[in-house]
Amino acid sequence: MPTDEPAGYLGEAQKTLDKAKVKVGDRISIQTADNTFEGIVIPRAEIGADDKHIVLKLDSGYNVGIHVDNIQKLKKLKAGKKGQPELPAVARKIKKGVPWVSILSTGGTIASRVDYHTGAVNPALTADDLYTVVPELGDIANIRAEVLFSVFSENLQPSHWTTIAKQTAKHLEESEGVVIAHGTDTMGYTAAALSFALQNLPRPVILTGSQRSSDRPSTDAALNLTGAVIAASQAPFAEVVIAMHRLPDDTSISLHPGTQVRKCHTSRRDAFLTINADILGEVKDDKVHMLVDSAAYHHRDPKRELSLQPKFDSKVALIKTTPGMTGELIDSIIDREYHGIVLEGTGLGHAPETLMNAIERAQEEQIPVVMTSQCIWGRVQMRVYRTGVELVQQGVIPAEDMLAETAYVKLMWVLAQTRNLSEVRLRMLENLVGEITDCSKRSQYEEMTRQ
Amino acid sequence: MLEAQPIRRDDQAMTQIDYEKAGALIGIEVHQQLNTKTKLFCNCPTEIREDDPHFTFLRRLRPTQSELGEVDPAALFEFQKGRVHIYQNYDDSICLVEQDEEPPHLLDEEAVNHALEISLLMKSQPVDEIQVMRKLVIDGSNTTGFQRSVVVAFGGEIDVNGFKVPIQTIGVEEDAARKIQEKGTKTYWRLDRLGIPLIEVATAPVMKTPEQVQATALRIGQIFRVTGKVKRGLGTIRQDINVSVKGGAIIEIKGVQQLNLIGQVVQYEVQRQVELLKLRDELKNRGVRSGQIKQVVHDVSKLFQKSTSKVIKASLKRKEGVYALVLPGFAGLVGKEVQPGRRVGSEFADYAKFWGDVQGLFHTDELPNYGIIADEVNKLRRHLKAQDADAIIIVAASKSASTDALKAVALRAQQALKGIPAETRGPLADGTTRYSRPRPGAARMYPETDVAPITVTKKRLKRIRQGLPELPEEKLQKFHEEYHLSDELANIMIRSLRIDLFEDIIKKHPKLAVTAASTLETSWRNLEREEIKVDDIPEEQVLLLFDRLAEEKFAKEAIEDLLTWLAQHPTQTVDKAIQDLGLGVISKDELKSIIEQIVEANAVMVAERGDRAIGPLMGLVMKEVRGRADGKLVSELLRSAVKAQQQS
Repeated sequence: MPTDEPAGYLGEAQKTLDKAKVKVGDRISIQTADNTFEGIVIPRAEIGADDKHIVLKLDSGYNVGIHVDNIQKLKKLKAGKKGQPELPAVARKIKKGVPWVSILSTGGTIASRVDYHTGAVNPALTADDLYTVVPELGDIANIRAEVLFSVFSENLQPSHWTTIAKQTAKHLEESEGVVIAHGTDTMGYTAAALSFALQNLPRPVILTGSQRSSDRPSTDAALNLTGAVIAASQAPFAEVVIAMHRLPDDTSISLHPGTQVRKCHTSRRDAFLTINADILGEVKDDKVHMLVDSAAYHHRDPKRELSLQPKFDSKVALIKTTPGMTGELIDSIIDREYHGIVLEGTGLGHAPETLMNAIERAQEEQIPVVMTSQCIWGRVQMRVYRTGVELVQQGVIPAEDMLAETAYVKLMWVLAQTRNLSEVRLRMLENLVGEITDCSKRSQYEEMTRQ
Repeated sequence: MLEAQPIRRDDQAMTQIDYEKAGALIGIEVHQQLNTKTKLFCNCPTEIREDDPHFTFLRRLRPTQSELGEVDPAALFEFQKGRVHIYQNYDDSICLVEQDEEPPHLLDEEAVNHALEISLLMKSQPVDEIQVMRKLVIDGSNTTGFQRSVVVAFGGEIDVNGFKVPIQTIGVEEDAARKIQEKGTKTYWRLDRLGIPLIEVATAPVMKTPEQVQATALRIGQIFRVTGKVKRGLGTIRQDINVSVKGGAIIEIKGVQQLNLIGQVVQYEVQRQVELLKLRDELKNRGVRSGQIKQVVHDVSKLFQKSTSKVIKASLKRKEGVYALVLPGFAGLVGKEVQPGRRVGSEFADYAKFWGDVQGLFHTDELPNYGIIADEVNKLRRHLKAQDADAIIIVAASKSASTDALKAVALRAQQALKGIPAETRGPLADGTTRYSRPRPGAARMYPETDVAPITVTKKRLKRIRQGLPELPEEKLQKFHEEYHLSDELANIMIRSLRIDLFEDIIKKHPKLAVTAASTLETSWRNLEREEIKVDDIPEEQVLLLFDRLAEEKFAKEAIEDLLTWLAQHPTQTVDKAIQDLGLGVISKDELKSIIEQIVEANAVMVAERGDRAIGPLMGLVMKEVRGRADGKLVSELLRSAVKAQQQS
């Protein structure tokens, strides 16, 4: 991940460095009672670092932290170089007969290189950078690269989805497919957002990222990226999908449908799973293999006219119902004039009776309330138990087998177009881009939980 | 005082190396597994397993590039050849951290404490704050593609027989996965060993002879052992040795496991470097220039269509070919020995095998031979227009493998003109070494941002300092002065694997120190020689044995018999052994009457030989009472009985 700001020193450590007019990157010597250390001042680690130590990178390559109280003498030996070192020039060859693919980056460092002088990890963003770091890309496609922004995925806003959607639409006009490099945390949300914003696609839109940072030899980024570029240029479909590792092995990349995919593990390479649907296909041995019937997806058709509706209403809340919860939380959302609420209820789509008054109030104030399930897998069914029946009577919209995150994004997208409650209800219950299925298959749970 | 094992002098040429003249400078890095409860960055046990793995996964490692565009050439090569790594796992003892599927946990405090303790023993200065680094290792031995490594202390020195060896750094790092096998482009690794903490002590390159190096390694191992915090047994300790001679380059020999091989490895390596410098000088004398050595590979398959060479026949049958490279001016030099049994040709073959997928090579210095006849060699020379002064290298394999192999040989031959190429080498069983890869440039390290740095507080150091164990020489002195062990026995004892048990015994029974030492070493080895598994005896039974000895429940002559019995009955107790062997000590009166009976029965011998009968009679008596009576008392009583018999 890129650092928003260069990590600096604070407190005593900063004072000590300032006094000697030393900056990060300078070569200095520090004398302590026992030793003399010579090395380059490197940025202070962001995790668990105090303000009492100065970190030097020694000639051996090791870093050492020296406590400011133990410093007897500090001397600046040589000023560090300003700016990033030049990258080696790579002759960019445009290959004839090789398709063009756009790679839009949003902040996930799908490719990066390490500055071994300071230990900083710098993202590779331009097409040239990408060719240098993942040279095999050049054999698959001619790359058109654009940096949209550089934001951690947890900080992405609905307004960013809008930008991504607009830029993707632009690139779809001239490239065989678009790849979006994205942080994995909220990739599922963005995939859903693009699915709604970019309908009637002529060509595929592939989101990808990495669970192991791209500076390490074991990174999953390169295989994910090449898999995504292969899918963008060769896949028979015109869908929004997520391309990530299918297994812990470096053998196969899953192609998950954009509205039915979720990050289900904090750290594994195969963290993403298709939920309540069938995985579309996989990229294996440099080829796309479809795993669903060819009637199950929109086919690539460069002539098809894209329908772009990139607006989202960000005044929507996603709330998980829990034992002990009262109506206060929902009341306060209504007080703050939110336009819609998605509940992640328990089981088949239930909420404690302590919420009933608040939900009733939402209806009175024309705020749509959508019910999904925190079970993740399965469909809400609110006519089985009394609580469900009562909620439906209150006007709660059952989101069928839609993922809570997808329902949240969809409600934002619908509300950007209409605030009319019955209109909203209709749109929410209608399957627009595969977010709702009418049939739950046994294999969709068993296969996804194969491990 | 602490003497190293004498180095094998089985090769006459070896002893003639003038280390002073060669300007050899040698440093070592000693690694040993720390005996911690958990691994360095997760809570998995530090256990090596031989049962069938539960599952595997497959990965590829991508050589990452530095800012300067540098890529480790060997790693890039392996990647391009499609090298894949198959990792073997156990569900119940390996977690997502080893599988590189979860970020590392905190640096294991126990390992840090052990390393700080060893640092203080070596007078090394702990750092204020420990920074975790990633050291790139792309051969697949680490699932991450790097080894996590920390330095905990700088400087210090150890005393090796009066010679001060400076310590450069003391660190802790993750042990690597175990290589199980290599099959084509697949390498199989087992993750049980990955992540076990290793202590690493690196000396300055100040040693000049094999003896110094071996003694230093021994000394470092001893200091590790006195802490009682390192694992034991083969595979738990590994030494890396770096050797350079004047005018050469630094050669790193990685992973020497046997201590007594170190001296030999150093000796052979210095010899190799000296020989390579002589080779360079000879090539210069012959006027060979680098530009003359061309990476031109010739297809000579048609000259060998009727060859009787098995290797060539097999290759042609596989529809491959025979390829040749001319090395101008190298005639007679490719067959030159650089180490016992290894020639310049072996060095070339190492490169050929590493960079090209070939089994080996032939060179004209060894031909005709191996089924290749003189006529074929002559035709080859004529065909390639090679002079008598030139050498020709031949490989029989596919075109691409042969080309890779012979180009690598050409590069190596060019390096021969410069002298000694910087390499990482691996030890062979006899102490010679083989090329394993080019030496990586400056160690490529960058911070492990997933693990927070650890502050080393004064309080922590104080606590560790208070619990520091005695050093070997302090123990030696104690064994000698307080416990009256002979020089020899004390020396053996401080090196003994059973030193902890010995110290437990003498803590309780200081007067039995000499008996305990000779039991744990001399008797132990005698019995082991007879293939009695004394190591199977539980330690508490050995301790109990000395309790009973102190209580005079049996005489010390019975120790070996008791150990034998216990080894055969490893679940039984000493008391049962004493009972079973009928070893109760006999009273002085009873002993006296046994002796009198034997003397009387042998009255004739006593009459004939007088005092000289005591020897044989002693044997007869001891046969009767061994283990039940003290030998000294027997001798005393026998003497007076014989005297009485003579007077009667």
